[in-house]
Amino acid sequence: MFRTSRKPRAGRKTGRRSPLASVSLIALGLLLSGGAYALVSSSTAVADTSSTATQATVEEGEKLFQANCATCHGLDLEGSDDGPSLIGVGSAAVDFQVGTGRMPLQAHAPQAPVKPVQFTDDQVNALAQYVASIAPGPSIPEDQYLDAEGDAARGAELFRVNCAMCHNVAGAGGALTEGKYAPALTGVTPSHIYEAMLTGPQNMPVFNDANLTPEDKRDIITALKFQENSTSVGGHPLGALGPVAEGLFLWIAGMGIIVALTVWITARSN
Amino acid sequence: MSTSTATRPETSVEKKSGGFTAAASNYLDERTSISAVVKEFGRKVFPDHWSFLLGEVALYSFVVILLSGTFLTFFFQASMAEVHYDGSYVPLKGVEMSAAMASTLDISFDIRGGLLMRQIHHWAALLFVASIGLHMMRIFFTGAFRKPRELNWVIGFVLFILAMAEGFTGYSLPDDLLSGNGLRIIDGMIKGIPLVGTWISFLLFGGEFPGTAIVGRLYTLHILLLPALVLLFIALHLVFVVVHKHTQFSGPGKTQQNVVGYPVLPVYAAKAGGFFFIVFGVIVLLATFFTINPIWNYGPYDPSPVSAGTQPDWYIGFADGALRLIPPHLEFVLFDRTWSFNILIPLGALGLFIVLAMIYPFIEAWVTGDKREHHILDRPRNAATRTAIGAAGLTFYAGLWAAASSDIIATHFKLTMEGVIHALQFVVIAGPFIAYFITKRICLALQKKDREIVLHGYESGRIIRLPGGEYIEKHEPIDEYQRWKLVSYHDYKPLMIRPNSRGKISVGQRARAALSRWFFEDRIAPPTRGEIEASHHHEDHVEIESSHQNH
Amino acid sequence: MAQDGTSGTELAAAGDHDEAHAVSPGTAVVSSDAVRDPGLPPHRLRVTDTNPKKAKTAERAVYTLFYLSLAGSIFAVAAYMAFPIVPEDLLSVRLNNMFIGIGMTLALLGIGIGAVHWGKALMADHEAIDIRHPVRGTDETRARAVEIFDEANQESGFGRRSLIRNTLIGSLIAFPLPAVVLFRGLAPEGEDPVELLSHTMWEAGTRLARDPDGTPIKASDVTIGSVFHVIPENLPGSEHMLEEKTKAIVLLMRLKPEDLVEEESRKDWSYNGIVAYSKVCTHVGCPVALYEQQTHHLLCPCHQSQFDVANHAAVIFGPAARPLPQLPIAVDDEGYLVAQSDFREPVGPSFWERH
Repeated sequence: MFRTSRKPRAGRKTGRRSPLASVSLIALGLLLSGGAYALVSSSTAVADTSSTATQATVEEGEKLFQANCATCHGLDLEGSDDGPSLIGVGSAAVDFQVGTGRMPLQAHAPQAPVKPVQFTDDQVNALAQYVASIAPGPSIPEDQYLDAEGDAARGAELFRVNCAMCHNVAGAGGALTEGKYAPALTGVTPSHIYEAMLTGPQNMPVFNDANLTPEDKRDIITALKFQENSTSVGGHPLGALGPVAEGLFLWIAGMGIIVALTVWITARSN
Repeated sequence: MSTSTATRPETSVEKKSGGFTAAASNYLDERTSISAVVKEFGRKVFPDHWSFLLGEVALYSFVVILLSGTFLTFFFQASMAEVHYDGSYVPLKGVEMSAAMASTLDISFDIRGGLLMRQIHHWAALLFVASIGLHMMRIFFTGAFRKPRELNWVIGFVLFILAMAEGFTGYSLPDDLLSGNGLRIIDGMIKGIPLVGTWISFLLFGGEFPGTAIVGRLYTLHILLLPALVLLFIALHLVFVVVHKHTQFSGPGKTQQNVVGYPVLPVYAAKAGGFFFIVFGVIVLLATFFTINPIWNYGPYDPSPVSAGTQPDWYIGFADGALRLIPPHLEFVLFDRTWSFNILIPLGALGLFIVLAMIYPFIEAWVTGDKREHHILDRPRNAATRTAIGAAGLTFYAGLWAAASSDIIATHFKLTMEGVIHALQFVVIAGPFIAYFITKRICLALQKKDREIVLHGYESGRIIRLPGGEYIEKHEPIDEYQRWKLVSYHDYKPLMIRPNSRGKISVGQRARAALSRWFFEDRIAPPTRGEIEASHHHEDHVEIESSHQNH
Repeated sequence: MAQDGTSGTELAAAGDHDEAHAVSPGTAVVSSDAVRDPGLPPHRLRVTDTNPKKAKTAERAVYTLFYLSLAGSIFAVAAYMAFPIVPEDLLSVRLNNMFIGIGMTLALLGIGIGAVHWGKALMADHEAIDIRHPVRGTDETRARAVEIFDEANQESGFGRRSLIRNTLIGSLIAFPLPAVVLFRGLAPEGEDPVELLSHTMWEAGTRLARDPDGTPIKASDVTIGSVFHVIPENLPGSEHMLEEKTKAIVLLMRLKPEDLVEEESRKDWSYNGIVAYSKVCTHVGCPVALYEQQTHHLLCPCHQSQFDVANHAAVIFGPAARPLPQLPIAVDDEGYLVAQSDFREPVGPSFWERH
């Protein structure tokens, strides 16, 4: 086995390859295999139109896949007890999962967390092309939908209806069941936001192009980026978490200052 | 108290010399007899303690709320008529919303200083309720609610509830997504009330939820009825503060018949008057640098969307938390009617909690049977059972309060929300008992420590080697002023049951005796002169003996 | 106010202070051997009392603070004009509010801290003592009050003329009743809330459409793992839009048919694994919109009720008691999803007359 990771994490992958360790991953595999089914079937709606993959990148991707992914996802993407099948997930899913560092998975957890990305952009692309070359699936979005220059008002409305209940109206994230969570959306690249909507990673539902058209997705990205990049008019946003953060801040900072001042006022002067 | 300070500066009629001030004072007095007011209140004494200012924080933040709120009324439109937003905030341009929401956005984005005023109003509201809460805790734990102040405790309690009502009605006015979902929850709760719920909801919303009436109705309550009631009860509250005179902590020279402190003119007026500006200044500081309720993120109310982290402002949190902690399936159909115990249990529990807290002074007065006036405050440790009851109540409240943010606790501490909720269910049910027990033990331990210090002095840190080779730490006696603080408290013993005139023991007697036993069976009496002398005598003896042996 | 030196020597625990009236101390222990109050401790002078230099410094600090406050007020007025709000420029909004706020903060804290410092450091700080009097009136006052009531009773005959008294009480009780009745007008007449709560806009053949645009949804659009936020196609522009939307919102999901547990009676309510459930929580009515596509759980963000979509949206956690009502759906000739009928039970939170 050879490592392609630029920031190797000692022992992790070896650990995962050990047959003993894989026992602990069976439960996780079961959890994820449900998602695999979903990913597979969602692919039927969107065909992979990208044909920019050269034979060379596909071959490089295959090597990377065999070395880093095949243990769980199978030598032919067929999946195993440890990981779902990747047939038909498309390049978008690979770009999202690997490009945000969620894959390769490091440890058993309710859901795969964002981590430092383990591969170069070229390597991620190669992996994506390889997976897409096996079976068609949703592909990496085109740049015209990622420019964040759509209709922010419409995007914000679509975001509130389709996304805000999990990710919070300000994109600050929120809780799901059993320790899962919808991550915060600040600092996420437009293409990853797009891919997440398209592929429905982990427990996020799929928003295929019949539900939210590419133009809709562009508007949503526009609204998110507007919110992220515009000045917070009221001052420090306190995490944009709503009344809980405000109440806590009032009790700790506001009341703290006031009580300190009452002590000063009533303390006898020297 | 401080309401009367405003009229005072120009009224010193004692000035014999002429000049404008004297003339103006004379003019006023001949028409208002205000010199009598100055004579009565000008040198009224207020005791000094930081915790005595918490009620003032509440009063001052209410004044700030009135000032900023009046400004907001000039721009806010309490109408649910549909308009298309056409203001400065791009991500809402062209969106259909109510005039209430659109005018709130205009205040925020198109009126100079408007957002500042909105944030002042909202931060002041949060501070208002918080300072009332802290003030109530001070009153409770120091026993300031005892005779003759029981009724003022009830008035204060009504103010606390009115403040929450003010807060909630204000929170609902912008008609944004957050407040709309809050109203939806209120609607759902009301509908769960047996017999009348459906109709109360129907009348409140002027038809089906959300209707087009609710914002206007809440606005009337928010700016007319509730503030009038708050003002009325504040006035009553302050009248009683004047009638009773302020309580004071025990200390040398402070008795049940006097008040030791500073006179209103000039020291107290300077401090309390200055404190108003300080409270106002801190609120403006918060409003300048920290966002509160960014309604533009939430967008207009629409029944379909909702945001993760949908919560009420902090003071309604305990009620929201109570709703969250109920386990599933507590709803039954009985006699062909729906009984929503998942709503009735939290409503009942909160109602009971509030009523118990409100009538606590009467319960304690009944248990002790003490009919004397109490103007000297208890140190919390010296009323161990009361302090422990308070700690139990606070734990219950805190558990419910934390439950209102169960989802945010889960995401920020990487826990499961189910785990957080189960843990908080435990806190709310078992926590009060644990808190009661621990607090009572701590109080009794502190009382014992005080007693030790009074009898044997404090540990000086000086180690002495006795001739026999034994090492002891020298204890220094405390001076009489410090000692007075530690011994001057009331102490009650459990009630003995005695038959009444007809030779019977009534149920009430039994209950009172049981409660009395619960309150006072662990009592630790303050050291008496005799005990202190005896202990000193003993120590002198030891000292003489040891010095004798040194020879 | 009086500079007091006598009352400081009262007994502590023995203190029973309502001079003329022996008031019960209840179960309080009154000890005759209690420690005596040593009286007020000697007055301690401040540095500003003894050191004229320090007093001067304090004086300077106070008026500097007042000057600072003055500057703050002027700054706030200047900021109001110097930092106007430029439409659609959020930075200008921020700067305007921030600088006005900074000026006001300075102005207020300057006055406040200055005044308190003045009071603490420079004003005379000898302790003053007020004497308390029992809250109850004096015996004479009380006797006179009783007398007045007696006289009034005599003169009016309130106690004697019992019929006058009782009819007055009765009429006083009755007179607010019209006001209670008047409040019926808060809600429109001729409408029955129970009837309204029991029905929604959905009827046989109504197409399922996307929220908020109202474009209809084809069954083939709904891929496995998808979730659609749905309204009736005829909702946009309809009368009482928000009220109808409150009841009619629906969540549309597609599961693998083998994951779906279906009662025999509801087998034909779904289509190809596509199911539609009311989006209104059966607890207190929040939108239950958080769908987890792998666990098939629906979560309400307000009070954390959880529903299992794979099993008739049954409650699996949280305060809700009833499953979400299911909307029976079918597909029309053009392939669009349509409702078979209205919901078969009232949606949303429970209410008394629900059954």
